[in-house]
Amino acid sequence: MAIRSLASRRTLAGLKETSSRLLGLRSIQTFTLPDLPYDYSALEPAISGEIMQIHHQKHHQAYVTNYNNALEQLDQAVNKGDASAVVKLQSAIKFNGGGHVNHSIFWKNLAPVKEGGGEPPKGALGGAIDTHFGSLKVLVKKMSAEGAALQGSGWVWLGLDKELKKLVVDTTANQDPLVTKGGSLVPLVGIDVWEHAYYLQYKNVRPEYLKNVWKVINWKYASEVYEKECK
Amino acid sequence: MSLDVGTGKTTMEPCLESMKTASLPDLPYAYDALEPAISEEIMRLHHLKHHQTYVTNYNKALDHLRSALSSGDHSSVVKLQSQIKFNGGGHVNHAIFWKNLAPVHEGGGKPPQDPLSSAIDAHFGSLEELMQKMNSEGAAVQGSGWVWFGLDKELKRLVVETTANQDPLVTKGSHLVPLIGIDVWEHAYYPQYKNARAEYLKNIWTVINWKYASDIFEKHNRGLNEF
Repeated sequence: MAIRSLASRRTLAGLKETSSRLLGLRSIQTFTLPDLPYDYSALEPAISGEIMQIHHQKHHQAYVTNYNNALEQLDQAVNKGDASAVVKLQSAIKFNGGGHVNHSIFWKNLAPVKEGGGEPPKGALGGAIDTHFGSLKVLVKKMSAEGAALQGSGWVWLGLDKELKKLVVDTTANQDPLVTKGGSLVPLVGIDVWEHAYYLQYKNVRPEYLKNVWKVINWKYASEVYEKECK
Repeated sequence: MSLDVGTGKTTMEPCLESMKTASLPDLPYAYDALEPAISEEIMRLHHLKHHQTYVTNYNKALDHLRSALSSGDHSSVVKLQSQIKFNGGGHVNHAIFWKNLAPVHEGGGKPPQDPLSSAIDAHFGSLEELMQKMNSEGAAVQGSGWVWFGLDKELKRLVVETTANQDPLVTKGSHLVPLIGIDVWEHAYYPQYKNARAEYLKNIWTVINWKYASDIFEKHNRGLNEF
């Protein structure tokens, strides 16, 4: 791997549960922003360095911060037996926790071209895609169409239905994780279609962003998840 | 509608034959007239691309609706409602939004006068408190949507409300009349404010057209004696 300056290097750390606090009878864990596995500019020209930096350091960080705040408030509410407050907090937990979960997957769904980004899936996943959709091209077309048609903010997903043992394309609204569409759904590839994911570069032209993002999709990661779930 | 006595069937004359198509309204001011609160770049994209797309897609959906109704394809009629709501709502909301804004030299940002001003004080305490409430609710919208200042014609009171995506205010209550709507979709502020939606909300008040809101309020107020 090339040596990069400290200022721009990001190494994969994944989802970390770094500190736990004991409050009453419960301890809560706080979450932290995972590092990007590549430089902010490494996905250019598909996704600009400016977008990657703001998306990671501002949007994802805000979800992490607000998720931690909501969990802390949840802890207090549970300890006090304040069921009303517990219920009221679910919206903030779902939105911010979902934002954290979804973006953590997203950074792994992307890779620079020189690290395999855009390289079509081989092996089991490649075969499954052909079986379920006809070809990778058809899958890409379907995901791009559904992503473009999404009203408002949300995500378009390629997922594995563990129970029915088939691949699916689905969309979720706002920061709803794929699992909200079905308890047996495992996300393989998620594409963020919130305007913040593309606007600075593509403006209103979401279909152009969707056309280009495939050049940096990390099919290796999707294959690993698929093979793991298929065991 | 005609009743075919023989078969008991009714037929509906196509009711959308003379349907008017929607069109993009002109902005009442130049694209750069709301600077520095809202950049020219945003105003151009927002009007010429986003609003225009809602108009185009709304017209297309209505066209499909006409065909579906003519052929009695009720499954398609129902299926089209999502497109009609989203794009029609986008058109309705943005048409209001352009009127909710005005350049500073045309009164943008100038506080409302009576009777709206007194009504605001009565319901929220002060104009400042109303703005704070709208800012915090607007900032808290999860995903895309709008924050509204509206009049509840039935309950005779002013309200602050939010709607998701392109849902018009009336989807929150059929007696609600929009006085001011602020678009909090990311496209409304991102090129200028990036992720800082709260900053956009803080600044937009400098170009809010209270004259228009007052006109609407007074129009509906004429029948209501209690404000």
